[in-house]
Amino acid sequence: MGVWEVFRQDRKGQPFEHAGSVVAPDAGLAEVYARELYSRRQESDALWLVAREAIRALEPVPAEFDLSYRRVDGYSLRLRLREARAALGKAESR
Amino acid sequence: MDARTQEFLEHVQSGGQVETADWMPDEYRARLIKFIEMHAGSELMGVLPERDWILRAPTLQRKLALTAKIQDEVGHAQLIYRVVEDLGKPREACLDDLLSGKAKFHNVFHYPTKSWGDVGVIAWLVDAAAIISQKALLKCSYAPYARIMKKVCWEESFHVLHGRDVVLALVNGTPAQRELVQEALNRWWPPLMQFHGNPIPAEEDPSYIWRIKSQANEDARQQFLDGYVPQIWELGLTVPDPKLRHDEATGVWHYSEPDWEELRAVVTGHGPASAERIAFRALSRENVAWVRKVVLAEAA
Amino acid sequence: MSDFDANPRTARSAPDRLLAFLGKPRKAIELLLELADDELILGWRDSEWTGIAPTIEEDVAFSSIAQNEIGHARALYELAAAELGTTADELAFDRRPEEYRCAPLVQLRRLEWARTIARHFLYETADALRLEALKASDDAELAGVAAKIDREEAYHRMHAELWVERLRASEDGAARLREAVEELWPYALGVLDAGQRPEYARRVEAAVGFSLPDAEPVERGRHEPELAELLEEMTMVRRSAPGAQW
Repeated sequence: MGVWEVFRQDRKGQPFEHAGSVVAPDAGLAEVYARELYSRRQESDALWLVAREAIRALEPVPAEFDLSYRRVDGYSLRLRLREARAALGKAESR
Repeated sequence: MDARTQEFLEHVQSGGQVETADWMPDEYRARLIKFIEMHAGSELMGVLPERDWILRAPTLQRKLALTAKIQDEVGHAQLIYRVVEDLGKPREACLDDLLSGKAKFHNVFHYPTKSWGDVGVIAWLVDAAAIISQKALLKCSYAPYARIMKKVCWEESFHVLHGRDVVLALVNGTPAQRELVQEALNRWWPPLMQFHGNPIPAEEDPSYIWRIKSQANEDARQQFLDGYVPQIWELGLTVPDPKLRHDEATGVWHYSEPDWEELRAVVTGHGPASAERIAFRALSRENVAWVRKVVLAEAA
Repeated sequence: MSDFDANPRTARSAPDRLLAFLGKPRKAIELLLELADDELILGWRDSEWTGIAPTIEEDVAFSSIAQNEIGHARALYELAAAELGTTADELAFDRRPEEYRCAPLVQLRRLEWARTIARHFLYETADALRLEALKASDDAELAGVAAKIDREEAYHRMHAELWVERLRASEDGAARLREAVEELWPYALGVLDAGQRPEYARRVEAAVGFSLPDAEPVERGRHEPELAELLEEMTMVRRSAPGAQW
């Protein structure tokens, strides 16, 4: 018996989301079971089945150094803008 | 309590979630498995009172709806057993414990069904009582369990509608049909009042402390009474409890104290239909044991 | 029986209207009722596994199959009911046991998995042949319903084939399957008309991988004792308030 993970899509255009898993002796019956468990009410537009062993689970690698240059919160334009506006103000008043 | 466990407790008590691969204190894991296993076993045993009526359903529509409802309960058992299995306990071990009496299942499934009136009352009121608990479980600290509750709650809502439809058809029918409902309600009321458990304060309930449950037993019961007593009275049906009344000032429902000793006896396997149901389950399992062997042997 | 009306259009009760068709050459209506009764009774038998199938996943899948069959029965009864001036429920529930036209194969009570799979496979294979003919019918409504049923049955056939393969893959399973198929083969033959039986036998043998024994078909019209029992239980609630809404 193997475990198959089931991913379902609510409607076309929506992402596929993990919905659960089925236990079956082979892929053929796993398909039958996934269909009945996850779309017998036509609640899923599409289903993906993946054998559990085929899934690689990754833990995120913690950041050792400052990686803020990759993120929006790594940028603050406030001071530079103030400087730029102040310089413009002086130029206009001359 | 060691520091790591204390940290874990604070994490769950402040709404934090736990995934399958996370570290958990032994006590949390043990309580979790016991709680979830009881739920799975209840769904599986819950099929038995109702399945006799599939054959006896009086119209094609009712036959289809009832089969679909029971199919859902089996589907829920599947979802929940998968959660227990991923926590490390195979479903066959769970079934062993269910059949030996080591694992319990909800009180309502230890009672016999006597008529088509039961079919309506069970789908309407027993499933309604169950939804209230299940909605609270949407906030369970153990995330895989909380996630499946969404599908469970969604499917249960159709059961309540189906049950209410069956009841309404009977109430609007002949005097004999109406009597079927009242008689069934009279029998199911005491187990319904016991269903959510004795009114232990949340802070003393270990399942609540670890945020496996997120609702106190009495809160669940009050929610049930709030939602369903008015619906029962609206149909001209009577609730077999002369003490039942709603205190308008406090919003609290008062009722005759349920027999908590009886509840304990029932869930430990001494209900009117407990032995018969367990025996039936055991026999059915034996009947198909060869299938599992054949299939496992080949796949190995 | 003194006020038995032989005219199907004016006869009052469903059974009377039904009897009015008997004795004439086989018409679509009789074939409809054979099909509908087959699906109804098989659906009832298959739904007996709800809650107690070999695995929980299989339980859910098999229950859908049972529901589909009842759904097919309902669609077919509705076609027949329109013709006979009655309702699907009256046809499904209110006839006398001798008026049902289901094949003996579906009436047997076999709450044993090898026999259930054998019957499932044998019935679906026979039904495929039957539906092929119906889809080509002159009656557009009947052809349409047959096509819809066939599309759903494709999934049933797939499920049956998967289980036949699964059982054949082990010595124990193969032995049990063979025993079950051989036991049910005479009944299976009775599902189809004589003309379709040779092709039927060829298809079954190809799938199961062994030769079928020569067998005397158990023809339609003979009812197993299980049928009366089943109908008794099936109608007990309905009979408690005849004509009532449920």
